[in-house]
Amino acid sequence: MGLEFNTETFRNDFTFKNSPRAIRRFPFPFDRDDYMYSVNMEPHVPGRPGSVFEHMFDVDEHYVAEMRDRAQVLADDPLRCQSLPHMELAGWDLLELIMESKARDYPQWFELHKNGNRWHWINRPMEIEQKFTFLDPTTLPCGPMEYITRQAQGDFTLQDQRDDNLWIEAGMVTTQADWSLDFDIGMSFHEWHAPVPKAHQMGVFDRALKFLLKLQHGAPVRRFNWTMTVDPLLDTSPENYPKWGPTKTTLTPENIGNRQHLRVELQTLHRLPRSNAIAFPIRCYLIKFEELVTIPKWARRLHRVIRDIDPELSTYKGFIRNRELMVQYLSQFDDGAPTSPGWWPDE
Amino acid sequence: MTKTLFEPSIRSRPVYGELSPRAGSAHLFIADGEGAEAITDMFAKAGADAPALLAKSHIIYMPGPYGTDLSAALQALGAAQFHRAPSFNAAELRIRKVLTDAHMGLQVYLAGTETVIGLAQREVMMAGLPFEAVQTEHRGSLSRRVQCVHCKGVTENVTTDPFVCSHCGLNLFVRDHYSRRLAAFQGVNIDAEDPGLVPAAVERFK
Amino acid sequence: MSVGAPKIDVTVAEVVEVNSLIKRFRFVRADGGAMPPFSGGAHVVVEMEENGTRRLNPYSLMSDPSDTSGYSISVRRDDLGRGGSLYLHKQVKAGMRMQISHPVNLFPIDARAKKHLLLAGGIGITPFMSMMGQLQKMGQKFELHYSARSPQLGAYCETLAATYGDRVHLYYDEAGQAVDLDRLLQGQPLGTHLYICGPKGMIGWAKSRAEAAGWPRNTVHSEEFLAPPVGNPFDVELAASGVTVTVGAAQSILEAMEAAGVDAPYLCRGGACGQCETAVIRCDGHIHHHDHWLTPEDKASNRKIMPCVSRFEGKSLVLDR
Repeated sequence: MGLEFNTETFRNDFTFKNSPRAIRRFPFPFDRDDYMYSVNMEPHVPGRPGSVFEHMFDVDEHYVAEMRDRAQVLADDPLRCQSLPHMELAGWDLLELIMESKARDYPQWFELHKNGNRWHWINRPMEIEQKFTFLDPTTLPCGPMEYITRQAQGDFTLQDQRDDNLWIEAGMVTTQADWSLDFDIGMSFHEWHAPVPKAHQMGVFDRALKFLLKLQHGAPVRRFNWTMTVDPLLDTSPENYPKWGPTKTTLTPENIGNRQHLRVELQTLHRLPRSNAIAFPIRCYLIKFEELVTIPKWARRLHRVIRDIDPELSTYKGFIRNRELMVQYLSQFDDGAPTSPGWWPDE
Repeated sequence: MTKTLFEPSIRSRPVYGELSPRAGSAHLFIADGEGAEAITDMFAKAGADAPALLAKSHIIYMPGPYGTDLSAALQALGAAQFHRAPSFNAAELRIRKVLTDAHMGLQVYLAGTETVIGLAQREVMMAGLPFEAVQTEHRGSLSRRVQCVHCKGVTENVTTDPFVCSHCGLNLFVRDHYSRRLAAFQGVNIDAEDPGLVPAAVERFK
Repeated sequence: MSVGAPKIDVTVAEVVEVNSLIKRFRFVRADGGAMPPFSGGAHVVVEMEENGTRRLNPYSLMSDPSDTSGYSISVRRDDLGRGGSLYLHKQVKAGMRMQISHPVNLFPIDARAKKHLLLAGGIGITPFMSMMGQLQKMGQKFELHYSARSPQLGAYCETLAATYGDRVHLYYDEAGQAVDLDRLLQGQPLGTHLYICGPKGMIGWAKSRAEAAGWPRNTVHSEEFLAPPVGNPFDVELAASGVTVTVGAAQSILEAMEAAGVDAPYLCRGGACGQCETAVIRCDGHIHHHDHWLTPEDKASNRKIMPCVSRFEGKSLVLDR
């Protein structure tokens, strides 16, 4: 595996881009030409080699740069990572899950050696080597959840399960689609999803909760979510909205292909063994329109999805003001030909 | 003034009930302003059971945001302990001490504005009782405690939407999204995408 | 979700006769690997195959949750039951291969609690043994009150007392001892949670005393697995699958469906988790609801059934499965 890690930024000069390989393996979230909310969960089992589903946690060319960006977000606002006191055990569960998965799936980059509770972790891409005692937080530079999620792409939340509900009570959230961990921490499943329009009335959250309460250890599941982001900005937080919100007004027909990004979240859900909590990794993938339209099937389909989407959803997802511009741009790549089912690019 | 009626809203917006006596080994009441009437109404309904309940009751009361002070009526109930505090802040350490010393079996009743209900509920939660076990009844002002999601500053007694954050000066619209942990509603910048384009403030939470 | 959920192939490493009624079984992975860690209070579903009858019974894990070398369960022999416990007691020997589910927890610790008050009766002690292992490691406050018929029948009394010292309180019925529950409930610091596991009557009694003492519902936790009751055979039509199955006297509807090759979801198989909930399309007769899951209204409506424990008597029952 000769994957090199990109030197790139997600702020200021925005040098982030996807290699042709990264474009082909991009998790395009639409398996047909229209979109509405659904629970859409499927078992998180290993998928096609080379795809983002190949491993439990995907490590790609953006890994090192994303971790550098996370460190900067945390330096600016440490409240993006919080864990209520009773969630420490779930943090250890998550640390174990990530370390074991990465050491198994990417032995060229990660190693985990265990001698009872004495663990030795090596992360070569980030040049980290740590000896520590599992379940003893004093042997790590920070709490177990923070320690491991500073070394893992995507946001993470940990949900405690009690009283037939899930409670979001810990998380590392620096690459979010406009929601605040600091505000939502401690809420129940329906509470933290409360601002989402329509889906409650459709019963989506009732069904999802019922399903998740029965999620079994050893049988993780996954689903997609998506939104739109101007410029490859990982940290689209409500905290910083006054800084990134105005960029929405600067799109033009000339720059939209380069600056408008489809933002896809690959969300997985894992029952954690020791704490009985649920881990919810939310992995964010960005692709600029110019890159996306190099796959003809995706260009046609995205055009149709955006053209026909319920305005309430485009308002909630925050792109209603640029929707017309997007449709105009994408329409050049849609000749009206039928698209094949599923999300994979045509060979 | 009677119990407040609220428009149906999103799932994170707190809902309030009506206080009613419950079996318990001790009873803690925390109320502000018109919330006093929720307590006197409850004891009136308790009828013959009221004296036994009062003998195990501790009432902590503070005036409402507009100065409503019904402490005389509460004091006249004759609870085992009655305390009038000038503000929630002044009563906070007393409340913590009471909760630290309390045992399972304690019943908690909160009445008055959302601000005091929310702040008191947070103390009870931290002391270990599930928030669902706390009885609440809204009376009086609808003014809100709002946290600016950008600067994290809390503005007290917000009555208009939008309003200006008392800490960072941004124009914020007030969401119904509510955090029990912060005991506050969420305020979000309304003119980030169009600076200066701020709708006229409407008095929504008097 | 349970259909297709991973199973663990195990070898029976040890069978120990704890007393005249209880045997302890230890399972290790057949491939020699480590078991997944689990959370205190969790159970596994043990699969048993006897003369063509397949049974899947839930048993609480009693070993230390951080011990990944194997799992232990304790099984009380039920001479009048459907035969699962008898099979384990009489047929299962060290060295046998079996299959168990991944651990599932329907009786978890509330990690926010300031203190954990554990109330056990008889074989109901088992989930508390794993819970205490976990609480001890996490440095949490807890107290066990354990009632048994006699010292001879009180499984693990001595071990528990030796391990946890004065945090363990034992009561023997034959000696006329009983826990003074009302006094116990009164003296607990705010933030204490109560956990109850034991016979049905004891759970009902303890819950009602806690309610009378003003304990909030969310601070009182209990677990009771029901063995599917025996009864008269009956037929069930499975509309979606287009088959009619006969449910035998010592069989559950769920087991009859599985025997007919119909995939049905399940998790606990003891009427507690809700996973096998099935819609009733037509019911001409009476459903005997035995589960803890459906609300009284659901039960009265005869529109839903839990096939893992409930039975039917009457002319015809059609399920959406």
